[in-house]
Amino acid sequence: MPKITIDGKELEFKQGQTIIEAAKQGGIDIPHFCWHSSLSVSGNCRICLVEVEKLPKLVIACSTLAADGMVVQTASQKTLDARNAVMEFILINHPLDCPICDEAGECKLQDYAYEHSVGESRFVEEKNHKDKRVQLGPRIMFDGERCISCSRCIRFSDEIAGKNQLTFVKRGDRVTITTFPGESFDNNYTLNTVDICPVGALTSADFRFKSRVWEMSATDSVCVGCSRGCNTEVWVRDNKIQRLTPRHNEAVNSHWMCDYGRLNTFKFVNDETRVDGPSIRREGQLIKVSWDEALNLAHDRLREFKTSEIAFIGSAFATAEDNYLFARLAKHMGVHNIDFARHIAHGDFDNLLLLEDKTPNSLGAELAGIKPEHGGLSFDEIMEAVKIKKIKALYILEDDLAGLGEEYAAALGKLDLLIVHAVNYNKTTDYADVVLPSAAFAEKNGIFVNFAGTAQRLKPATTTLETDRALDGMSMSRWDVFGTKFDRWANGSRYDARPSWRIVSMLSQKFGLKLKFQMAEEVFRSLSEHNKHFEGLDYDNIGRKGALVKNISLPVPEKIK
Amino acid sequence: MPVKKRKKDLNLMENLYIPEIAKGLALTFKTMFKPKVTMEYPEVKFQPPASYRGRPVLVQEESGVERCVACGLCSRVCPALAIEVRASETELEKERYPEKFEINMLRCIFCGFCEEVCPEEAIVMSKDYELVFTDREDAIYGKDKLLVPVANLKDRLEFLRNFK
Ligand code: SF4
Ligand code: SF4
Ligand code: SF4
Ligand code: SF4
Repeated sequence: MPKITIDGKELEFKQGQTIIEAAKQGGIDIPHFCWHSSLSVSGNCRICLVEVEKLPKLVIACSTLAADGMVVQTASQKTLDARNAVMEFILINHPLDCPICDEAGECKLQDYAYEHSVGESRFVEEKNHKDKRVQLGPRIMFDGERCISCSRCIRFSDEIAGKNQLTFVKRGDRVTITTFPGESFDNNYTLNTVDICPVGALTSADFRFKSRVWEMSATDSVCVGCSRGCNTEVWVRDNKIQRLTPRHNEAVNSHWMCDYGRLNTFKFVNDETRVDGPSIRREGQLIKVSWDEALNLAHDRLREFKTSEIAFIGSAFATAEDNYLFARLAKHMGVHNIDFARHIAHGDFDNLLLLEDKTPNSLGAELAGIKPEHGGLSFDEIMEAVKIKKIKALYILEDDLAGLGEEYAAALGKLDLLIVHAVNYNKTTDYADVVLPSAAFAEKNGIFVNFAGTAQRLKPATTTLETDRALDGMSMSRWDVFGTKFDRWANGSRYDARPSWRIVSMLSQKFGLKLKFQMAEEVFRSLSEHNKHFEGLDYDNIGRKGALVKNISLPVPEKIK
Repeated sequence: MPVKKRKKDLNLMENLYIPEIAKGLALTFKTMFKPKVTMEYPEVKFQPPASYRGRPVLVQEESGVERCVACGLCSRVCPALAIEVRASETELEKERYPEKFEINMLRCIFCGFCEEVCPEEAIVMSKDYELVFTDREDAIYGKDKLLVPVANLKDRLEFLRNFK
């Protein structure tokens, strides 16, 4: 392999790599604004200038190919001077409005001004003024003055989103970004440009001014919008989710996530329709009762039916752990009618990330044991049987069947007993006799298996009544660390909800099945011991990047661009 | 500091007590004829100089709008976590304003860091030292109590321009 020496460190590289790539691989970070590992090279910001021995001038590391025996200095006086000069140049027309800019705290320009600039400007003339608060698209706000013309957003829409919607217009210091005439920047991936914009020129209309980045805690999670399972970070302030951002995982979603997933998969967690505490139906009304009372009623009523009259509906929205214990309970009771509903939105997909299956865990639910066995009925058959009153009792795990359509709602109306685990009140809970509040994806540990068979971890980002940020090792902002019960910010809403696997395990005790687990991790351990698909997997080896489930034949996940 | 003597170390004069008592009384009488420095608070109120750090307040412009742009820096720098800011968008040119701005006066230690860090000169230390509350909730001052017209803060703003 050819070798290059960067700052005295000898590094191996692959032919065709640029200096910046070779350096990154070797753990050396060369400052860059316009370069992005997933985009084409544009070379316009000039901050990555480095000194190469035997070359008369400094070269830009992002577009200069590394060569065997090349000796590069990234911290020589000449490079530092050049970097400072570039910073001074970029800042000439920068409005320096960090106090009102959402990017502050995660801004490359701020960071580099601090690290690579001496902080003196010789520019005394009036700064150039451009349009601020321009609505580029339904979800994107653009501030012309902050833009440093790096062209990342343009290259992203063109090369990744496949929609050539943005362009530069004008020249020199008047250059600015706009959409093509009559076009709106409205593809399903626009919000990724907010993430990659090195400054605060592009901001999210949804998240705008909601919170400073340093006021939030960030927790690794997975998007629940479709079966791609894009890796995300959940940003929380005052126990309320403020935004989702994509987390890099080359094999699943690279650096990106879609706008649909980013904006529509977290608001229900803090919605006023949240189910807060268990309830049972008395004289047509749902009334709040204790956990014990609700579970006792669920147990007593389920005992009234023959097992052939009962069906269990698992859920592709619940974790593998939830579904696993649910299936164990069904097996223990001798209920063979067990399946789950698919949520396929035919035609609603694209060539980048979004998939038709609008659930995060259909493969996981199936692998964990939610499928009809010993001649049990499948989901469609169960619903048919409900209509003709052959099935009289349904136990549904976190799914809104009535929401699937009128026909389903009418069927649920015919049941003698309906028990549901629900995160939010929905059409199905309208028919329920027992509603058990389940923790949302952002409130629990668990595993989702995406369409390609990658098992991925969920971690709790917000607390419920029974969890505690510090004791449960959740990520904490400074506010969480020092807040007391007398501080208003520490009083964000917390719901009386529990992870479904815990509810099922509590109910199982009443049926004489001892599913005694303290933590989701123990449930998963049991799953991996009893199920060949999860063999050898645990929370640690699944880690941040996920791990493939075993013994299934699926198309090998194709690396996304 | 005078060294405290043990009884066994006292000399004869000190052991007699009378001269020492006379000395003490002399000091008392002398002070009686000096001008008084105590104030009869609350009938008479102390007027602090501009350098005084009373409770932090928000500067309200003549237009009635607060200067604050809800950048959150004061909240971040505050060592006591006394300040909670929530931003929102305004049609005004400044784009951002604090929808909610609260200082918990039970947390505040009057260090003045918030004033020092503010990029807008929007939060300043006032001359107000009269802080009385009867419960914890009362001690959390919202915008209603924090906003003070700029005219009433001239002293402090001038002081900051000269010495900050
Ligand atoms: S808007 Fe942001 S990403 Fe686009 S060119 Fe300007 S600075 Fe670069
Ligand atoms: S592609 Fe699917 S998983 Fe990824 S962000 Fe969109 S909805 Fe979520
Ligand atoms: S004076 Fe100090 S303690 Fe009080 S609010 Fe300001 S920064 Fe916080
Ligand atoms: S530092 Fe100044 S502008 Fe920023 S939030 Fe505090 S008072 Fe407002």
